[in-house]
Order: sequence, then structure tokens, then C-alpha cells
Amino acid sequence: MREHHMRWAVIAATTIALTACAATSSNTPSSPAAAHFPVTITEASGAGVTITQQPHRIVSLSPTATEMLFAIDAGSQVVAVDDQSNYPPSAPLTKLSGFTPSIEAIAAYAPDLVVAADDTGGLVHGIGALHIPVLIEPAAKNLDDSYREIGQLGAATGRVPEASALEKKMRSDLAAIVASIPKPARQLKVYHELDDTYYSATSATFIGQVYALLGLKNIADGATAAAPDYPQLSAEYIVASSPDLIVLADTKCCHQGLSTVAARPGWSSIAAVKSGQVIGVDDDIASRWGPRVVDFLRTIAPHVKQLEVRAA
Amino acid sequence: MLILGRRLPAPPAPPLALLQGLPRLPWVWAVAGVAALLGAAILGVLVGPVHIGLGTVVQAVLAPIPWFGASSVDPSQASILWSLRIPRVVLGALVGGMLATAGAAYQGVFRNPLADPYLLGAAAGANLGATLAIAFAPGSSLIGVNLVPLAGFVGAALAVAGAYALGRTVTGLRNTIGLILAGVAIAAFFNAIQTYIQQAQTNNIRQVYSWILGRLVTAGWDGVLLVLPYVAISVAVILLHRRLLDALSVGDEEVTSLGISARRVRLIVVVAATLGTAAVVAIAGTIAFVGIIIPHTVRLLVGRSYRVVIPLSLLFGAAFLVLADTAARTVAAPAELPIGVITAFIGAPFFIVVMRSTRAAAL
Repeated sequence: MREHHMRWAVIAATTIALTACAATSSNTPSSPAAAHFPVTITEASGAGVTITQQPHRIVSLSPTATEMLFAIDAGSQVVAVDDQSNYPPSAPLTKLSGFTPSIEAIAAYAPDLVVAADDTGGLVHGIGALHIPVLIEPAAKNLDDSYREIGQLGAATGRVPEASALEKKMRSDLAAIVASIPKPARQLKVYHELDDTYYSATSATFIGQVYALLGLKNIADGATAAAPDYPQLSAEYIVASSPDLIVLADTKCCHQGLSTVAARPGWSSIAAVKSGQVIGVDDDIASRWGPRVVDFLRTIAPHVKQLEVRAA
Repeated sequence: MLILGRRLPAPPAPPLALLQGLPRLPWVWAVAGVAALLGAAILGVLVGPVHIGLGTVVQAVLAPIPWFGASSVDPSQASILWSLRIPRVVLGALVGGMLATAGAAYQGVFRNPLADPYLLGAAAGANLGATLAIAFAPGSSLIGVNLVPLAGFVGAALAVAGAYALGRTVTGLRNTIGLILAGVAIAAFFNAIQTYIQQAQTNNIRQVYSWILGRLVTAGWDGVLLVLPYVAISVAVILLHRRLLDALSVGDEEVTSLGISARRVRLIVVVAATLGTAAVVAIAGTIAFVGIIIPHTVRLLVGRSYRVVIPLSLLFGAAFLVLADTAARTVAAPAELPIGVITAFIGAPFFIVVMRSTRAAAL
């Protein structure tokens, strides 16, 4: 879904710079999860959040955090997730909003931990007044941020071994994908599309920088001077750049695909359109910074391989 | 006549003098208007985020003309010019000319200097229609046309029809005030529904924003063809009524004394202006400010007669929006800036300068 692009865009627009994530600091974990508490987690903003007991009534208002929690086997400790948390299907979906959070509605689930991606609508203040810890796990800028958030969620839920296992698995999966791609003869260019008015993501964003792993050059980086994160590219620039690969993260929102892209005025001359290397991806996966980034790269990698074999 | 101790600047002229004696469009200004539009269009075609040399542009533009057509232009550059840049310039001219002309027309009909094409709820209606389409029927099309502009058009037309029907029933107020109040009420109501849907549909929120901020980003010839008939009809009708707008600016009685129904004139001009506005908003989103500053700048610089204001608003409105859009796609190239930001950023200071230097007697 689109909410994270929007959130990121809003954050960028209001120039609230996301400070670099600080390292998790906590007690060194001991094997019985309960003995691990109390634990203090240092958030990306530098604030410390103390969790006194292993939480069993977690409310997640962030779709990415929901995916991470379930991936580290903390799903059984989650009682409610926000209306955008559509993965995994077993997550207890509710009508709670992470955009305009209602403190009362969240409190009604009697949570012992609230996880969110932003402190919007007075969330931290409101929930804090009820003496319930709130953990903010903001949009990651790169894979290291993601691993750090997974580690923090592991520490917060008493799932430290599971969290480090997940990180290890992600690292080895990603390494295998990267290794499967031959050394490029020339650097290939990619255009990542967020919607059908040509918003894109630069390498300063999580999704924009994963392309560098595959050795691709992201054409949105040409626009960083104007909009560092999510520029709206002009059609002329996209056509003139003639990317070798077009990744459509607007298949759900805007129903885009090879045929609609090819029908755009002037786009038929783009290399990716000529060779049919226009890949539709799941908008949700492409807008989150959780474990499914592996699936995302698994979708893209074969196309890059094809292109490079052809170019060689 | 004294109102709040201030003397009104111009005493109303007798009706016959109004219809015969007022200045026609001075030819110097007519030439200036055409030159401004041509100049803006040439600049708009020459400048863009992708550098294309002057020689290439001239060759590519002449290529479709027989005998000149021995073109050796790189097909990708030719396609950028013909498929992207030129239609965008043409669409910018149509949108700007239409909004400015409609603004002048509304100001004449309602005798209200603050009237603009979005009065009577046209913008609120278009935004609601577009938001509904984005939220509940994403990506759908009707006979090959994207549903969003169509829904915007229907929304704008419904809002104005509603405002007109509501305004007519208010008998205690003067006709124009009743209409404007009805428009304000309808706009507030539509805005409320639109905001509610937007809140409930956070997935599509960015699409809604990019609609509201206005866009010529995805412009192509299909957009030009979609708005052209509406703009042509609307502008033609408003131009034909420019003399009656002069009469109307004195009072309904002046029009009635010519044996013409003032209400009918008002209805015809409002329908024409709204039809054109709705078509333009449907393609380009809501672009603020053009409908107010262009007609007033013309009034301040040239004169108040609608025989001057309407045609010059058309030309200068078109030129202004082409320039604003050229800035929108080049200032932050290769990123785009929302065109509404440019129109207000350039337009507001410019208007203040004009206002101060002419001492605003004409307002």
C-alpha cells in the first residue's frame, strides 16, 4: 500500500529529518525470555524506551513492524494491527489507523507495548500518559536500519535469538541473490515508479538504494538536488534517460503495467519498453522495509540477469 | 455616491455610452498579447529538462511539413519534442487561457472582483469527483478515457448546477449574492465529504494530493483533444457576450433596457465559463490564482471594459501558464515542481507590483 511513500514524502516535505538510527542498547539477552526484562531500547531519535516485562498485548500501527514481529515469531504476542497491516494474513487486522491514531481506540486493546512508524497525532504523548511504552520504528534508509529495527523488536519482545536468526537468513539470502548476477558489461539503469504521475525514489530511500545491490543505477538520483527522497520526475527526463529496467510499484494503486506504460506518449522509445523489461511489483512489498525485501529482490534479479546476459 | 465615506472612483456611465463609447481593444495590446503567447510558447518548446539544441528543435518542428521534412533528427529527441513537450505547451496555453477568461467572465457576471473559476464550487466538485474515482474505482476507464478527469468534470458540473439551483431559490437576496453564497455552501459541503473520503482512504492519499495540486506532468495530445472542444465553445460564447458583460457591469437594468433578459445572459455566461473550467480542471487539476490575477492585471494596465478584458485575459492567461509550466519543469529539473506553487509564487508578487504601481483606481 501507499501509506509509507506518503508518510516519507510528508516527512521530507516538512523537513523533519530522520536522524540516523542509533544502536540498540539493552541488557545482553539470556535464554529464558522473561529474565531478559526490563530492557531499554534506544530509538532512532535517541529516546530511550523501557519495557519492564515481556509484552503479550502488542498493538502494531506500522505494517512493516507487523511483518517484522511475525517474522521473529512474536506474532502470538500481537493483539491488534492497524488497517494497513495486510501481511501476514494471520495478523489480527483491525480498523486502527496509524495515520490518525485514536489513543482511546488503541487503549481499548489494553496493550502493554505499542509499535508505530511515526509519532503522529500525539501518539507517544497520549499513550505515554497511560504508562504504556511506545516504540517508534521509522522508515529505514537502508538495510542496516532494517536489521537494527528487527534487533530492537527482538529485544522488545523477548525474541532476540529469533531476530538474529532472521537477520542472518536475510543476509545470506540477499548475498545469494547478488551472487547470482554476473558482473555487468555496462551499468544498467533502472526507473522505480511510485505512481502514474512519475514520482520515484532516490538512493537516499530504502527502496531506492536496494538497486545498488544489484549494480543498477537509479535514474531518480539525478533529481536529488530538487527533492532528496521522492522526486516527481519529468517525463522528458525519463524518456531521455531510457532506463533498461522499469519497476512499477504502482500496480495496485494505479493499475500500471507494460501495456499502460508503452501507451504513454513518447515512452515507446525507452529501452525497457522496447525489450519488455517492465516489471510490476507488489506496491506493499516495495513500500516497506521489512523481511520481504528479499522477495522484492528475488523478483527483480532474474530480469537484471537477462539484461546482462544480453548485454554481454 | 458615497459608501463608508469613500467616493467611488468611476461614476456609472449612461447605457448607450457604455455600449458605444468605451474603448475597443487597443491594437497595440492585442499585438502584445499575441506576441506574449507566441514568445512563451517558443520558450516553452525550446527549454526543458532534457537539453535539445535550437537547430534540432527547428528541424523537428518543421519535419512534418512537406518539403522541409528532410529531417535527420534523432528519433528519441523528436519524440520528446512532439509527444511530450509540445502537447504540454499547447495544453498549458489552453488551460491558462480558459481559466483567465472564465475568471474575467465570473467577475463580470457577479460584479465581484474576487470571483474566480472556482467560485460556485467548481473546484470542490471536481476534487470530490476525482477523489471518489481515485478511491473507489482506481485505474478504471470509460470508453478508453481515464475515469478520474471524467469524474472531476461531472463533479464540477453538479456543484455549479446545485449552486445555481440553490441560489435561484434565495429570493430575499440580490441575485448574485445569493448565487455566491450558495456556491460557498456547496463548496464547503463537498470539501467536507472529500476530506472524509481522503482520511478513510489513506492508500490513495498521494494521488489525491497530486490531483489537487494540479498537474500537466502526464500531458499528451489526448489531453489536448479532450479539452479543446470545451475550451473552444466556452471561450467563443464568453467572447460573444463581452459587450453584454459591459452592460451588466453597470446593472441588470442596463441589459434589460436593451430588451435582453439579464438573468439569461448571466446563465449563459456562467454555464459556458463553468463548462470550460470543469474540462480544464479535469485534465490539469486545480491551478489556483490564474483566474484572478490575469483579468485584474489586464484591468489595471489596459482598462475595465470587457471588450478589452476578455480577449486579453485569454492571451495573457495562456502565455502566463505556459511560462509557469516551463518554470515548473525546468527550475528543479529533472524533478517537477507543482504548477500551482509556481503560479502563486510568480503571480502574487507580480500582481502586488502592478497594483502598487497603478494605484489600484481601477479595482
